[in-house]
Amino acid sequence: MSGVTKPLNPRGTKYERADFPVFEFPVVGKARYNYTTGEALGRFLAGLKEGKILGTYCSKCGRVFVPPRMYCSYCFREVDGWLEVRDEGVVVTAVMSYISATRARLERPVAVGVIKLDVPGRQFDDHFFPGLMHYICGAAEEDVKSMRIFGAKVKARWKPPEQRTGSITDIECFEVVRP
Amino acid sequence: MTSRNLNFKHRVAVVGAGLTLFRSRLQETPQELAWLAARQALDEAGLTLKDIDCVVIGSAPDTFDGVHMKGEYLAEGAGGIHKPTVRVFVGGATGVFVPIAAWWHVASGLCKRVLAVAEEKMSHAAKPHPQYVFRYIWDPIVEKPLNPNLIWIFAMEMHRYMYKCNVKKEDIALVSVKNKRNACGHPSAQLCMPNITVDDVLKSEVLVWPVQLYDISPTSDGAAAVVLASEEEARRITDTPVWIKGIGWTLDTTHWTNRDLAFPEYVRRAAEMAYRMAGIDNPRKQIDVAEPYDPFDYKELHHMEGLGLARKCEAPVLTREGVTQRDGDLPINPSGGLLGVGNPIAAAGLMKVAEIFWQLRGEAGARQVKKPVYTGLAQAWGDLMQAGTVIVMGI
Amino acid sequence: MRVGIAGVGWFGFQPEVVDYSFREMMFKAAQRAYEDAGGLDPRKDVDAFVSCQEDFWEGIAISDEFAPDPVGGAMKSVYTVAGDGLQCVGQAYMMIKSGLFDVVVVESHAKPSDIITLNDVMLFATDPISIRPLDIGNAHALAALEARAYMHKYGVTEEHLEAVVEKAHRAGAKNPRAVYASPGRSRSSSPVVADPLRDADIAKFVDAAVVVVLASDRVIRDYTDAPVWVDGAWWSTEISSLELHDWSFPVHAREAADGAYAQAKITDPAKEVGFAEVDNRYSFKELQHVEALRLAPVGAAKDLMADGAFCPGGRLPVNLSGGALAEGVPFEVHGLARLSYAVAVMRGDIKAQVDRREVAVIHSWRGVPTTTSVVVVLRT
Repeated sequence: MSGVTKPLNPRGTKYERADFPVFEFPVVGKARYNYTTGEALGRFLAGLKEGKILGTYCSKCGRVFVPPRMYCSYCFREVDGWLEVRDEGVVVTAVMSYISATRARLERPVAVGVIKLDVPGRQFDDHFFPGLMHYICGAAEEDVKSMRIFGAKVKARWKPPEQRTGSITDIECFEVVRP
Repeated sequence: MTSRNLNFKHRVAVVGAGLTLFRSRLQETPQELAWLAARQALDEAGLTLKDIDCVVIGSAPDTFDGVHMKGEYLAEGAGGIHKPTVRVFVGGATGVFVPIAAWWHVASGLCKRVLAVAEEKMSHAAKPHPQYVFRYIWDPIVEKPLNPNLIWIFAMEMHRYMYKCNVKKEDIALVSVKNKRNACGHPSAQLCMPNITVDDVLKSEVLVWPVQLYDISPTSDGAAAVVLASEEEARRITDTPVWIKGIGWTLDTTHWTNRDLAFPEYVRRAAEMAYRMAGIDNPRKQIDVAEPYDPFDYKELHHMEGLGLARKCEAPVLTREGVTQRDGDLPINPSGGLLGVGNPIAAAGLMKVAEIFWQLRGEAGARQVKKPVYTGLAQAWGDLMQAGTVIVMGI
Repeated sequence: MRVGIAGVGWFGFQPEVVDYSFREMMFKAAQRAYEDAGGLDPRKDVDAFVSCQEDFWEGIAISDEFAPDPVGGAMKSVYTVAGDGLQCVGQAYMMIKSGLFDVVVVESHAKPSDIITLNDVMLFATDPISIRPLDIGNAHALAALEARAYMHKYGVTEEHLEAVVEKAHRAGAKNPRAVYASPGRSRSSSPVVADPLRDADIAKFVDAAVVVVLASDRVIRDYTDAPVWVDGAWWSTEISSLELHDWSFPVHAREAADGAYAQAKITDPAKEVGFAEVDNRYSFKELQHVEALRLAPVGAAKDLMADGAFCPGGRLPVNLSGGALAEGVPFEVHGLARLSYAVAVMRGDIKAQVDRREVAVIHSWRGVPTTTSVVVVLRT
């Protein structure tokens, strides 16, 4: 073994002061977009406004897509049609967030997770299923931390119809269904 | 169906590597950081920029710098002017992808000596916090309106892994402890913590349960570079070239809420491609040292399993038994990884490739693993928990 | 190892594709390309996929996340090049030449109509410390500076620009996807945007997606009976500091062309090349690029243009499609737009006024403030 440790004398000048000279250039407000929802998500959002969760399906492989797309990613063909899935399902994974999008501490933590949605007459394994990320309400911190929440049944809590805008936030959260 | 032809014409070697310091904020501009790393890699190979035919650049989201077309901007610092220069991109997995793309620049016979440079400067987005920038990686229609923090999805993956494999946080924290201690042997390291304990990790700030502060790599500025050469050139440049034996990468579906997060199938497929090219059929025995991607401590375990270096759910056991320590039977992240050296995203991935290069040449000094090493692996991961990039190197 | 084009497909080329998202546009372009490649199945037949895109054009950070599914690439080898689509072709060309890959799909898509603040986004590509604080009101001013330098140095007049614009609109009128083609459009009566550039000198943006299938000579006959070969592909970046680049001549295009010609063993391009598709997102750029590609001596393109040498049916037709001035600029799709049109001409799918269809040269540039060009040489 040689005595040297690579990299030899790596360079770079560390800022020691907390308040350093910076050149502020706001980007976020200046780069603005109107994302085209397209055929699949456009109809999905319209469904949410009516209190329905819509998906598409591929008859060739049997997959159901929520959020929907107009093509089957696996068979590379156009999907065969639309179906309404239940606004309830089970928690596949869940976490407790103590920070906001900007990493500020939240006053009260929020639970978030992935919900595997029920589709009448169909069964899905863990490897591919219709599913959404959303807030989970009605769960105690300990339910999430202990992973008791995994597999729990949840149901969408919708905003009142007049407040819906055709957005994923038309669902306030998925609420734990107490047996 | 990838890599049907294993009879490629040209062998490709790594002949030099360079690295800057990794720090939460460096004074240098992205161009200057790229230059520092590139200069060191060229010096180590005994080459000048004139000797370089082509340049490959890697950098993750442009939003950190707020610079659109960042490849064009970085070209100058990366030595890519008046040359064929290209910027490749697979999110967080970019760092290991840069030498993969550089591989075919050489293997095609079109370039003889290639400079591969990766750079990241997260501190530009310091207000309010670099994490805010990651807001833009979510699906703009069905996810971003929920106002997510990036850590959410990784916490969801970690929790799912813990659930399926019955792993305790104490076991996962061992990875963070190992890597932050390993980093003390690394001259570039940002987070050398020689005395850190599992207890420190478990008591650190809870961000998104189960993720706590010391489960995550820091935000960093830094750059890394390697020089690749054809066999003929490599033999001229050095007596100890390190050969690129296998490359592989895979992108899983974008729709991460539709699949199981407990096992990184995309890493398994990427590794399979690289192993096939390298003639590896038993990675656990044939890989001597590995640098799997560890932006979070659980990811090292997750990736070991995806890479076939451990069976499903077995990585925590190997870690607890000390197998993955520097003096263990399968040293994992002897550099200190992203958890210890730091995580300037694309540069961190390329740092891992540089580490395997130095380990295989016996030049890691204070970090040199105890066992003799002939074959090593570096891997990175990115996008919406969907990208895996793998490179196998050997002497 | 020879690399060929086995199929091309496109979708959009409309000022605003309102009904389909960028992912759906990608899917539709891919469907068409795979059908063109003899019904190729991307799930089985393709070794790797390359997508050319830029985060700020998408409004998504790490936008390569969205690359796999719409082109049939989920759980396969997919990556992104932050560059023009022709640069993806260059990568695919290298990948296939390495011997490790037989079939590589190249994709690019653009939805400029989704961007509310397009001028700001364009200016984000300038240096954040030296140029951006100048707060240039219009990004096209950077091109106007180049135009002035070029015109001054080589005696190019506004009448010469008029000739380029007129040719583009007349040629574009025969190209069904050239939505902006407007034969007879008067340059001189269009408003000045940044002197000397008038509105008619500047190509508009367009929504589009193009997918190209490339394959090795070993397998290409499985997908097509009429391959168009890529016999050269090279690119070059001049410099990152706009202040220091050559304002009067696109050195990068010259460097890229020389590399591509060397690979294709072309020694006298002006004689050997049958037709060309080059970037003309600004009228004067067509003259510059013709010269950089050695299709005319430097400074002489203006006169040859006036003589009709580059017109449809001329000695060496340039931009039979009308180019970006007629089709619009679909961001990084642009090089693939030029390429897909040329492939269709070479295969005889498009009846264009050109005598020699055997060798074509394709060029792309990424617009201000970039200094990167890609040049590809195609042969039947």
